Amino acid sequence: METTTTIKPDERESVITTEQLTKRFAKFIAVDAISFSVKKGEIFGFLGANGAGKTTAMKMLTGLLSPSSGKASVAGFDVYKQAERIKQNIGYMSQRFSLYEDLTIAENIRFYGGVYGLSRTTIADKTGALLQRLQLEHARNALISSLPLGWKQKLAFSVSLLHEPAIIFLDEPTGGVDPITRRQFWELIYEAASEGVTVFVTTHYMDEAEYCDRVSIMVNGRIEALDSPRGLKERFHASTMDEVFVTLARPSA
Amino acid sequence: MRTIAYLLQKEFVQIFRNKQMLPIIFGLPIVQLLVLIHAATFEVKTVPTHIVDGDKSGASRHLVERFVSTGYFTVVQFSESMKLGEEDIKRRKATMVLVIPPGFEKDLLTRGAAKVNIILNALDGGIAGIAQSYAAMIIAGYSQEIQTEIMSIAPPSAQTQAAASGNTMLAVRNSFWYNPELNYKHFMLPGILVLLVSLVGLFLSSMNIVKEKEVGTIEQLNVTPIKKYQFIIGKLVPFWMIAMFELAFGLTLGKLIFNTPIVGNVGIIFLSATVYMIVVLGLGLFVSTVTETQQQAMFIAWFIMIIFVLMSGLFTPIESMPPWAQVVTLFNPVAYFIEIIRRVLLKGATFGDIERQWWSLVAYAVVIIMIAVRRYRKVSD
Amino acid sequence: MKQFWGFVMKEVRHIMRDYRTLVILIGMPIIQLLLFGFAIRNEVTNADIAILDASKDYMTTEITNKLLSSGYFHLSAELASASDIEGVFRSGKAKQVVVFSQNFARDLYKNGTASVQIIGDASNPNMATILFGYTTSIIQDYQFQLAAHRGQNAVLPITPEIKMLYNPELKSVYGFVTGLVGMILLLVSALMTSIAITREKELGTMEVLLVSPLKPPQIILGKVLPYLVLSVINAVTVLLMAQFVFNIPFRGSYGLFFFEIMLYILTALSLGIFISTKAKTQQVAMMISLGALLMPTILLSGFIFPVENMPLPLQIISNVIPARWFLVTLKAIMLEGLGFEYFWKETAVLSGMAIVLIALSMKNFKVRL
Repeated sequence: METTTTIKPDERESVITTEQLTKRFAKFIAVDAISFSVKKGEIFGFLGANGAGKTTAMKMLTGLLSPSSGKASVAGFDVYKQAERIKQNIGYMSQRFSLYEDLTIAENIRFYGGVYGLSRTTIADKTGALLQRLQLEHARNALISSLPLGWKQKLAFSVSLLHEPAIIFLDEPTGGVDPITRRQFWELIYEAASEGVTVFVTTHYMDEAEYCDRVSIMVNGRIEALDSPRGLKERFHASTMDEVFVTLARPSA
Repeated sequence: MRTIAYLLQKEFVQIFRNKQMLPIIFGLPIVQLLVLIHAATFEVKTVPTHIVDGDKSGASRHLVERFVSTGYFTVVQFSESMKLGEEDIKRRKATMVLVIPPGFEKDLLTRGAAKVNIILNALDGGIAGIAQSYAAMIIAGYSQEIQTEIMSIAPPSAQTQAAASGNTMLAVRNSFWYNPELNYKHFMLPGILVLLVSLVGLFLSSMNIVKEKEVGTIEQLNVTPIKKYQFIIGKLVPFWMIAMFELAFGLTLGKLIFNTPIVGNVGIIFLSATVYMIVVLGLGLFVSTVTETQQQAMFIAWFIMIIFVLMSGLFTPIESMPPWAQVVTLFNPVAYFIEIIRRVLLKGATFGDIERQWWSLVAYAVVIIMIAVRRYRKVSD
Repeated sequence: MKQFWGFVMKEVRHIMRDYRTLVILIGMPIIQLLLFGFAIRNEVTNADIAILDASKDYMTTEITNKLLSSGYFHLSAELASASDIEGVFRSGKAKQVVVFSQNFARDLYKNGTASVQIIGDASNPNMATILFGYTTSIIQDYQFQLAAHRGQNAVLPITPEIKMLYNPELKSVYGFVTGLVGMILLLVSALMTSIAITREKELGTMEVLLVSPLKPPQIILGKVLPYLVLSVINAVTVLLMAQFVFNIPFRGSYGLFFFEIMLYILTALSLGIFISTKAKTQQVAMMISLGALLMPTILLSGFIFPVENMPLPLQIISNVIPARWFLVTLKAIMLEGLGFEYFWKETAVLSGMAIVLIALSMKNFKVRL
């Protein structure tokens, strides 16, 4: 899949910026003074081994966790003072499953739409459109618990876009999903990006990293590298992102 | 307001969709109320008694006759050996052994004094105490009767004395207000109802948020613009409504099936219940904010509940507690509400009579909700 | 076998990590026992009473003093008129009102009779009858004194000699301690295991365990073992406190005691396993354990209310409650010091329950998981 886009990222405005953003827990530093910025409409890959600090960083940006020090702004709002304003402007799909298993597809959509303040008619329109796009019209009244995992993930993604957020945060969205569904999932991501939504995605599938506009690689709470996949491969003289990652994550090996 | 409506809609759909929980939420408390109300009684109907009559005289038979005719004592065995009697106690066939020693009648007639022995299994102190006082009453009654008989063959001077002492000078009259038939169910029904409603409310509310934590949906909610108060109201109101419904339903059943007196104003009960349920649900919310798993939440909720219930005067009177424990009950919302519901239902207490308890509950509600709201955080540290 | 112990250790670590629950599991029996032992009593002392004394002569004063010095009563109000009675009852200020008629002493001497009226707040019938009993016996006593004073024969010819076996001071804590053991063991064994196993089902980790080389019985045993140890710790704690804090004698055999405790724990654990094979979610498991087990165990086992007093249908229902049988054996061993021949029947019933429950859950476990 071709990963370069026609517009150069640098020419667009930044929607996420961090400066020396740090999270200290009692015993260790989970995120260690990371600084980066994400441009509008970009697909920004956030890579790292398990425990590298990806999820912690994402939680600070989504307002789920308060930072220890450093600066960050999301969609133009400060993460310290305007966490609730940020929430109106972002979508989030957590690592753990985020839809209610004991509600139907339509009920989940209605609930989240309602919570984001969408009007009744908007919710009805969006439900129709969403089900049509995912070809799930027949399953409108099916309980989430009865759906296969791949469908659930695609649904969760679409539901998090319901209120048309400027930025969407995806925390390992394709974990445990088969390759075909992963591919379909990335098509959904591209579709969103083409509509101007900024996508911030963590993953540990290196092939997925190739689909991103830019990729940052986190090791032990620090960002060790940040560039387009092509740039990274050139810099580390590697043919795949996998090699880049191994070089960075295990420098001694 | 619309956000709250969506939250409520979601909670209700979830509650009513859970086919295994529904009968437990609505059926179990009612069944328990109807069944367990019969169990909660200290009333001693009959004491199984083993009688050892070593005298086999007219007097001893008369005494035994007296015991049997009251209906308080059921004779399980007659024998002539104390050993057999004690064996029956050990085998739990008898709670009491009445021993009339040989020479009982002779002693009475010649010395005007005789003894009987009563042996009681006192493992249950309450039963033993009641059996003892029944027995003492019967023996005293028989004594008085005998005394007149003995005296009637004594010198005339003594006879007048006997008449005087046999005559009760101080007439003790008693009247039992509010519950003249001494129906224990009237007393226990409101209390057990409070217990069941509190259990349902506390457990449902304490496990609810924890469940969202365990499943992971709480994170999704926390990145939405839901306000804290909307969230808390959305979580509280459904269980509040269920609890109020069960209270009303339980009271109706009590009235229809057990004819529980409703002397006072039901409005006062529901006014108090409104505040009381906020306290209980607030406690549940608090528990669910400080726990990570449903198992933990359930356990802490149970722990709180058992202490509250034991210290509430539901089964054992608060007045019997030592002073320090009575002070502890001042921090027990269950004690306040049980006091209110019993007084209003059975004695027709007015709002003025229960004002202190009511305001205590209000204060409790304010404090607990404040703590719960503070503890519930959308942003973690 | 090695895998099995590895699994048990994992479960133990799991429980140890959740220190809050652990603290409660170990601390709850202690707190409950202290509450039962020191705070909760059935005995009535210091009950609030009010007195309406219309004559206020030396005799009514004497009776009042006698009542108040008995230790059973505490004077909370002196009423001026009969219309005040309702108020003190409704506000809960008094549980009983003693009413002396006008010209009490004069009537007694002139007419040979005077009357005292005892009005009880029978909204609590138990309390009302007990207080009435105390009051009448004190007044009767006074009457005997009066009679003796006037040289009349005040001694009744038959004197009962009463011997209270096992619990001469009629303390309620004796019954509470044994009842508490029954309740806590049930709570820890049945409730905790049913939730622990259902949790694995709910979170989907049970499937992972089932495809592991561990056999289903090993999985269940591994989940159950740590709770068994906890239960034994709790039983020993309660036993030690009973002896050393409350000085409740232990009259029987320790061997039998532990045998019966283990048997009861086994029954409770199999109940827990059985529930977990039926319940789909933790909430359901918990509500069944609490609602269908705990409340009946408290109310129908003879813990607080004696089974013999209940209506026949309830007595029949109480037969399916393990604690009802267990409490009999426990009391027989601890408090009465009896031998096995006195409770082999109860032991047999408990064993039967355990066997049936284990068989049922084995069957269910294979089918459902």
